[in-house]
Amino acid sequence: MHQLPSVRSYVLVWLTLTIMTFVTFYISTIDLGDWNIVVALLIAFFKMMLVILIFMNVKAESPLTKLFVGAGFFWMVLLLGQVAIDYISRTWMPEGKMW
Amino acid sequence: MAEPHGAVAEHNPNLRHHFDSMEQQFDSATLGMWVFLLTEIMFFGGMFCAYMIYRSMYPAAFASTSQHMNPLWGATNTAVLIVSSLSMALAVRAAHLGQQKALQILLLITIFFGLCFLGVKAIEYHEHWVDNKVPLIGGHWDYSNTPEFPNQAQYARQAQILFCFYFFMTGFHAVHMIVGVGLMLTIFAMAHKGKFNSSYFTPVEISGLYWHFVDIVWIFLFPLLYLIGHTKNLI
Repeated sequence: MHQLPSVRSYVLVWLTLTIMTFVTFYISTIDLGDWNIVVALLIAFFKMMLVILIFMNVKAESPLTKLFVGAGFFWMVLLLGQVAIDYISRTWMPEGKMW
Repeated sequence: MAEPHGAVAEHNPNLRHHFDSMEQQFDSATLGMWVFLLTEIMFFGGMFCAYMIYRSMYPAAFASTSQHMNPLWGATNTAVLIVSSLSMALAVRAAHLGQQKALQILLLITIFFGLCFLGVKAIEYHEHWVDNKVPLIGGHWDYSNTPEFPNQAQYARQAQILFCFYFFMTGFHAVHMIVGVGLMLTIFAMAHKGKFNSSYFTPVEISGLYWHFVDIVWIFLFPLLYLIGHTKNLI
């Protein structure tokens, strides 16, 4: 059907994912202030992309499937982004809180 | 009418009549599975969104409360799920190449690690139950000061929110894992009966997609629930 990744690339992805798990764990013990959550989410996003592209083999899927996968992300960006904009911008008002 | 229909003579028994080719049938099944996974993204996305709002409202309380999660169990389970995802990906590959024996062994490995994950989860839930950290059940919620976590009593009410998120998010994730193990057992039974070959392994492929999706959810749950109070800087 589709071009399948080699066993070697599967094992490399697994190795990267495992190392990244330890990195996430280790970085969480260092105090980076507000950047802790940013780094943790960036690593999680990187891990997710590896799983989607290689393990789920979206890399070799049809353009239509890729579009659907992209639509899922776009929906998440809308949901989280719009809500975040609302909550972040509330404190910008002079009164501090709007409700 | 009298045409010999040469194509029909080579018709693959696994090709449904409304598809033109095995390739098209496979693509349709994959796309359909992704549509289902999109609804799953919406399902978990709602919980992640609610989590984001409450964490932005009570950052200190969430950091303090997160210390009651054991990050070692969380990291272990992350590693366990990643191994199961590897064996699942290799199982799909084996199915693709028509390696029936390898497919069955790899499916059993996947099931084994899935059960390991659920076992660790059960240990964790039991610890929370014993520690009185179950906010929804009367008499099982106690968030007073303890020697190792001083000054936490001030967060007792907000801590309930994080524990609700914890139990709902990991709980729904665990339900998905149980479904996944059931799915893998079904696929294993089908593989054992010799239902798959190198031209037809669609059920293996789309169950694999489901398994990897559940893994991805956990990849985000782990840092968001277990690691936020790790630095202890916010107490």
